[in-house]
Amino acid sequence: MGKVSQRVVHDFLRHDKKFPHVWCSGCSNGTILGTIIRAIAEQNLDRNNITMVSGIGCSSRMPVYIDLNTLHSLHGRAIAFATGIKTFKPDMKVIVVTGDGDSTAIGGNHLIHAARRNIDMTVIVVNNNIYGMTGGQYSPTTPDDAKATTSPYGNFDRQFDICDLVIGAGATYVARSSAFHTMELQKMIVDAMNHKGFSIIDVISACPVIYGRMNKKGGPPEMMQAMRDNTVLNTAAAKLPPEKLEGKTIRGVFKNVQCPEYCEQYAKVVEKIKETSDE
Amino acid sequence: MAQNSQKPVLTLMQGNEAVAAGALAAGCNYFAGYPITPSTEVAEILANELPKRGHTFIQMEDEIASIAAIIGASLAGAKSFTATSGPGFSLMQEGIGFAKITETPCVVVNVQRGGPSTGLPTSPAQGEIMQSRWGSHGDAPAIVLYPDSVKESYALTIRAFNLAEKYRTCVVLLLDEVLGHMREAITIPDASEIQIINRIKPTVPANWYKHYDENQKYLSPLASYGEGYRFHVTGLAHDAQGFPTNKPQEAGAMMERLQKKIVHNIRDLVQIESYKMEDANIAIFAAGIMARSAKAAVKMARAEGLKVGLLRPLTIWPFPDDAVRKMLKNVDYVVVPELNQGQFLHELRRLVKSTTDSKLIGLQRVNGTLITPTEILQKIKDVL
Repeated sequence: MGKVSQRVVHDFLRHDKKFPHVWCSGCSNGTILGTIIRAIAEQNLDRNNITMVSGIGCSSRMPVYIDLNTLHSLHGRAIAFATGIKTFKPDMKVIVVTGDGDSTAIGGNHLIHAARRNIDMTVIVVNNNIYGMTGGQYSPTTPDDAKATTSPYGNFDRQFDICDLVIGAGATYVARSSAFHTMELQKMIVDAMNHKGFSIIDVISACPVIYGRMNKKGGPPEMMQAMRDNTVLNTAAAKLPPEKLEGKTIRGVFKNVQCPEYCEQYAKVVEKIKETSDE
Repeated sequence: MAQNSQKPVLTLMQGNEAVAAGALAAGCNYFAGYPITPSTEVAEILANELPKRGHTFIQMEDEIASIAAIIGASLAGAKSFTATSGPGFSLMQEGIGFAKITETPCVVVNVQRGGPSTGLPTSPAQGEIMQSRWGSHGDAPAIVLYPDSVKESYALTIRAFNLAEKYRTCVVLLLDEVLGHMREAITIPDASEIQIINRIKPTVPANWYKHYDENQKYLSPLASYGEGYRFHVTGLAHDAQGFPTNKPQEAGAMMERLQKKIVHNIRDLVQIESYKMEDANIAIFAAGIMARSAKAAVKMARAEGLKVGLLRPLTIWPFPDDAVRKMLKNVDYVVVPELNQGQFLHELRRLVKSTTDSKLIGLQRVNGTLITPTEILQKIKDVL
């Protein structure tokens, strides 16, 4: 992993009237944005050739702060907007930042179809298990029995495992990390951005102000500690007995395969038509 | 296809084919869509034609994704569009609002069919006169064009692209199901005879660029992603740079700008056809396929010595207020045949001075069939 100085984060932020940011203190969004910036900086990419697209929600506010081509789109539709950009400009690096509700509830259809197409983009799901922006309603990743403003008696609505979902849909790079494991996450983002095809990282994140408070998870430090203590890397998990894995969330890269990528396939069709018409 | 040719070509085409050909002539290089009757031919033709030109065609997972993709592509520099029908048009409304507030050029073709809901998928209706104006939440003006023939479908598709690029907004083209599937003779003009308008590109250095330049008479330059300007686009109320704001003066200025760029350019936007109106004491106000019936009715009435004329809007939004006021002043009655429950009639009432004025005579049908010229003529005779 390349070393990136603190100065880099400052360089990548937009300083013309965009601060203070909208996030609550203790929120993981700042940490994750910083990690995304370090991952981009590490690769020495041309910023003009990177577009960050988001939907609606707390994490979807990220693009406004970062000095890239940025699009804060509609609730659930970030991947569909990103598909428009990528299919028109296949050389553009496209990063989607989205939340658990944005990507798997209202945007679930676009998520699975982008995975199926294996279109080259990197989706970072900031998964805080709640709708934070609207004040704490349960999402498709809210755990069993967890309290939310719309599950006051405890959540009984079954959860998506985002990684399982997109693996089933055909994504070719699938990983999970957390806002605590920033070095690991940074490496995953770099790998995902260099992966040709649909890459997605499910990032466990903390919403101490709403989710944490409603579920007595403690403050920001306690929620960060929980990310450390309640998760296990998949390579380590493979060597542990099942009883040691009870209640643990598995991190790691779950899938990393090469498959034909949508834009490349389209370019081949265009090439084939040209050849036949030249004959 | 015919649009490749250098000389004007006389050919036979469906309305949907003419839309596809018009889009290509206008310089369309991106289509995202979802299959729906009765607009599907547009997608099928472009699936054939766009890859041949090295341009992009993509079939999305639904209409919501389709409008999102064409907006995304447009922000990356594409001249993009989609074609749909009633149910798909309903699903696209939020995206249309996004294109309007972010001032992103794109074209949406709605080949109208019977509604509400699944309605009459293969029958004509004119149910989206008001939806095309007010369908998206919030309050922003609309540009909506409405052809009455295959030939005009071609011309107005090109115009829709031109207006979208010029005014940086989503332009809607309404087509009637009958027109979409009707074959008519059309002369495809030489490419050199077609006027093409492209978005104004910024010339300032990147750090001077404002995505919504308030100094440019509401027609401001538009950079694309990848050109070095690194601008921000949001559906939130935004300032001139594009950054979100909730300051009343900035949010208000944004809303005013959306309104003014249409209102201040009414003359450029509004197009009407006035047919035998000079001496008419009875007028018919009709658009699209109903104007075809109306024109035939005018001819039949004239043959019988009745002074009947036709006023036909080619641009239905912004509404041609001035032409309608003039018509209302000059005639005794206005017959309004339409394939809905009185949407044009409702708009015309807004322009009638007295609420007791009985000048307006509605003639409506929503059973999936057209109103014939004879029926319009009969209505005229009934009021005389």
